[in-house]
Amino acid sequence: MTKQSRRTFLDWLLRGGLTAWFASIIYPVFKYMIPPDAPELNISQIEAGTLSDFPKGSSKIIRMGRTPVIVLRKKKGDFKALEATCTHLDCTVQFKTDTEQIWCACHNGFYDVEGRNISGPPPRPLGQFNVTLKDDKVIITKKDLA
Amino acid sequence: MSNIYQWINERLELDDAIKFAKKKRVPVFYGTVWYYLGGVSLFLFAIQLVTGILLVLYYQPGAETAFESVKFIVSKVEFGWLIREIHSWSANLFILFVFFHMFTVFFAKAYRKPREMTWITGMLLLVLGLAFGFSGYLLPWNELAYFATKVGSDIAGAIPWVGEFMLRVLRAGDEVTGATLTRFYGIHIAILPGIFTILLVMHLMMVQFQGMSVPPEIEKIPEKDRKTIPFFPDFVLRDFMIWLIVLNVIALLAVFFPWELGQKADALAPAPAGIRPEWYFMFMFQTLKMIPAHVLFLEGELVGVMFFAIGGLIWFFVPFLDKKAHVGIRSRFWTWFGIFLVVYIIVLTIWGYLV
Ligand code: HEM
Ligand code: FES
Repeated sequence: MTKQSRRTFLDWLLRGGLTAWFASIIYPVFKYMIPPDAPELNISQIEAGTLSDFPKGSSKIIRMGRTPVIVLRKKKGDFKALEATCTHLDCTVQFKTDTEQIWCACHNGFYDVEGRNISGPPPRPLGQFNVTLKDDKVIITKKDLA
Repeated sequence: MSNIYQWINERLELDDAIKFAKKKRVPVFYGTVWYYLGGVSLFLFAIQLVTGILLVLYYQPGAETAFESVKFIVSKVEFGWLIREIHSWSANLFILFVFFHMFTVFFAKAYRKPREMTWITGMLLLVLGLAFGFSGYLLPWNELAYFATKVGSDIAGAIPWVGEFMLRVLRAGDEVTGATLTRFYGIHIAILPGIFTILLVMHLMMVQFQGMSVPPEIEKIPEKDRKTIPFFPDFVLRDFMIWLIVLNVIALLAVFFPWELGQKADALAPAPAGIRPEWYFMFMFQTLKMIPAHVLFLEGELVGVMFFAIGGLIWFFVPFLDKKAHVGIRSRFWTWFGIFLVVYIIVLTIWGYLV
């Protein structure tokens, strides 16, 4: 081994060591900042209230696990439950009773009462939930489980 | 007095520091007023430090306490309203003056060699300033801030590849919750002030060492024919004068135009009409609003984010892109680019407030 190559070797050893040392500090800090996965609360069914909580043409927002769900009763009397989070940028939507449409105030997005995006920026329809009545209880279930 | 000065001087060499400050001379010409803008921004940041630290004494982060503690500050604590008002007003003026400062520096071509790094550190300070504003906006935990934060972080989530990760790191989870508030608080009062201060010191050191730049046409005048004044004490005293005026203006604004606290945030309430970000994000917000849901095969949100990301990068690296400035020529292209940007920001901001 010449003197020159020994020096290059030591140089690299030092640089590699410093890099590894630095990485060993950065890595935990970086990982620490990422929040741990919260277990998805596996709620597939929830009671939204009783019939008397829902006069015709009214709505209520409830929470199913981590998802806000808008439960509404049309003027004709039938129920509908949709994901309440706008597909545009995450605002919470509201039910406009007069026109029977769902409105997102953030950027003036409209959905029809079935959750289809009809005007404004929302790119996708709202997620669907099932509504069933058990005696006078209004029960909301996840679609795939119903 | 002079004994104290001597005592310190013998240990810390004050004479040298003053000699250094006196050596720098500030050019006097039609653009001299621009040189005050950076100083005003600096002063406003100092106000933020002082009032921010005072707010920390009573503010309690957390979904159940934040709103209540701000209410307590403004209604129960003596002069609490004043401290909060000044913090809010000065935050907004800070961003405004940083914008003014940036554009005057841009049109004076002050970013050209050897001041590229001064421009880069300045840009980083602006980004941190915007982050200060974005994180601070959520802290009172009111309805407006809650939804603005949801929307703002959702936009960050649209960035390709890193979006999902950014969104979770920003929100400290998948949703905007009390955990987000705690995180924003930490970012707002510890992380940002720390990084900001380091960059600010670098920025100021560079300005101090390199002296004030003059636009290319002034530079052509022979040095002996240019008028200058010493930085210390002449210019510094003028700086102080202006700061005094700024402080008075803020006090007046705080008293006569208070910032509303609004309604407490409620995760189960629908978003109210009139959700908007702070005014300095309005031009971006309005752009996103105008882009249709889909552009060709891409989601509109993504197109908007890419548009601003590319624009921001170009602006960031202007010192390296504008090759003409280095040889003292005003490039038409970059001047028009700057004018376009100013007009774009103003028009879309106003538009955003009208609709
Ligand atoms: C070290 C510096 C700072 C500290 C310690 C600090 C601290 C705080 C605290 C405790 C609050 C919550 C109380 C409240 O909402 O009134 C707050 C709010 C806020 N801060 Fe700061 N801050 C600092 C710097 C800044 C800067 C540089 C900006 C500039 C953009 C800024 C912008 C805001 C805004 C917009 C709010 C919300 C005001 C409101 O609506 O009440 N802060 N800050
Ligand atoms: S978040 Fe609903 S329209 Fe933008």
